[in-house]
Amino acid sequence: MNDHVTEIVIFTVLFLLVSAIGFVAARWRAPKDMAHLDEWGLGGRSFGGWITWFLVGGDLYTAYTFVAVPALIFGAGAAGFFAVPYTVVIYPMFFLILIRLWSVSHRHGFVTPADFVRTRYDSPTLALLIAITGIVATMPYIALQLVGIEAVLKTMGVTGDSALARHLPIIIAFAILAAYTYQSGLRAPALIAFVKDTLIYIVIIVAVLYLPYKLGGWGAIFEAADKKFQASPAPGDGIILNANNQVQYFTLALGSALALFLYPHSITGVLASRNRDVIKRNMSALPAYSFLLGLIALLGYMAIAAGVKPLPGAKAGSVDSNTVVPLLFDAKFPAWFAGVAFAAIGIGALVPAAIMSIAAANLFTRNIYKEYLKRDATPAQEAGVAKITSLVVKIGAVGFIVFLDPQFSIDLQLIGGVIILQTGPSVVIGLYTRWLHRIALIAGWAAGMALALWMLWQIPNAATGRRHFGGSAFPLSEFGLDSQKTIYVGFVAVLANLVVAALVTLLLRVMRTPPGADGTTPGDYFADEGDPRVEREKSTPIDTVSST
Amino acid sequence: MAAPESPRTDSSPWNWLLLAPIVVPLLTPLFNHDEPRLAGFPLFYWLQFAFILLGVGTTTLVYRMTRKRSRP
Repeated sequence: MNDHVTEIVIFTVLFLLVSAIGFVAARWRAPKDMAHLDEWGLGGRSFGGWITWFLVGGDLYTAYTFVAVPALIFGAGAAGFFAVPYTVVIYPMFFLILIRLWSVSHRHGFVTPADFVRTRYDSPTLALLIAITGIVATMPYIALQLVGIEAVLKTMGVTGDSALARHLPIIIAFAILAAYTYQSGLRAPALIAFVKDTLIYIVIIVAVLYLPYKLGGWGAIFEAADKKFQASPAPGDGIILNANNQVQYFTLALGSALALFLYPHSITGVLASRNRDVIKRNMSALPAYSFLLGLIALLGYMAIAAGVKPLPGAKAGSVDSNTVVPLLFDAKFPAWFAGVAFAAIGIGALVPAAIMSIAAANLFTRNIYKEYLKRDATPAQEAGVAKITSLVVKIGAVGFIVFLDPQFSIDLQLIGGVIILQTGPSVVIGLYTRWLHRIALIAGWAAGMALALWMLWQIPNAATGRRHFGGSAFPLSEFGLDSQKTIYVGFVAVLANLVVAALVTLLLRVMRTPPGADGTTPGDYFADEGDPRVEREKSTPIDTVSST
Repeated sequence: MAAPESPRTDSSPWNWLLLAPIVVPLLTPLFNHDEPRLAGFPLFYWLQFAFILLGVGTTTLVYRMTRKRSRP
């Protein structure tokens, strides 16, 4: 009845193996007491170079990347390759920024970026906005991991007729994921990331050696892609960029890079590292993944050369281009290897989904529960709330997929990337200077947010016929410029955010509005592992007042 | 193991090198060409792959040159 039995068996076995690892992870490098947010939500802040490499890598390169980037290349060509420069510029950009964030968080016990903003600007309101932005941006991102798994399941023919039957495998997968994240916290994705990346590396290396050989070499692959784009009526596609989408290409790469490390889950991975050295070393080692990403992206062209036709989408007449990579593996490889590849994508969804739900839970616990609901919460209560929140977040993400069109999650994720960028001025600039006023930062956030949503609302999607939120490429002609060029929405919005923040700061200075007390000292931004002040507080577990 | 207090600064002239891998990959006119091809790859693709090496090389160099001496 189903000719994908081998694939399904291998997928299931690997999936269960990984789940077992997830449960065992609770005992891995664990202290006696897991009932502390530092332990559950940050793995005891003890991860060294290798673990951090796998954890942050597993965080940033998700199942959605593996299916969506090649799908974009498949459909639009060169414009989809922005993912490579995006993951190149990100590391030198954050090389110096993240060590400062790590140091100040280490000294003050911050778990989230909003914790930092709270102390730096003495503003619970600003911290609340940062926390809510983080949670809102993360939810659809988790949902998208499910889209990745769904593309694989669809290819294997694991689909039912009713909505429930269709989504049952995903619900089961997420229930297991929720259970081991609840138990093991950040240790689960950290340990699973080893398996995930090993599988992905094997699959991709085999694929990029074997497929070009089968398809007549790289030259033939690019020829086939070129021929397809020449024949298509769409103006923006082609194997190189055209005059109109170059600005979009680099603003999207830059904006996405800025956004990526502002996402709460990437910061969680960074704060879990043991010391500054681990972070710096990782910023130079993580681009190894960019190679992988570039090669995965090119699977989109291989799918064109192999004549892959994407499976039908949820609506009649539409296609689900996310299925091109799974279909390519299904068509060109023996069943057992396709099974391994599918498991790699499936497990590739679990690692980031777990980290994201932990990050969202940390934000809720620290910046909403502890700030507004229960000020005197003990560390054990915090850990308890975070565990339950991580469950709620995952149920919400499954709800997105089951009850709404997955396309909706994709739209939301697009918005998510743009809105998370609006937290940049408070977090990144705040790490260097306190010149911007807290009220001005709130004003800038509001302005950037409003402009971003307005711009996204104006963008139709030609392919799906939707009138709003159809993409992130904003035509400059909408600003009254005589141009066919487009620009990345997030880039414009964050500029507006900065301008408003600066202008309002000047105004508030003239009015002498109190800026609030800075809870950090200059030395906090350089503290490292074994910091005397942190050690002293560890040995005297009394509520100590800041010694400086 | 209380490490000695590190000097309270991250500044170093080496850090300026980090600008190269941030700026170069964003200059689309530099790589938006089909020719010359390398092993079948249009320039657009192989040059952007090469930028990954630029990024790794630069960040590794800066990391090594700015490492604190107290940590072997």
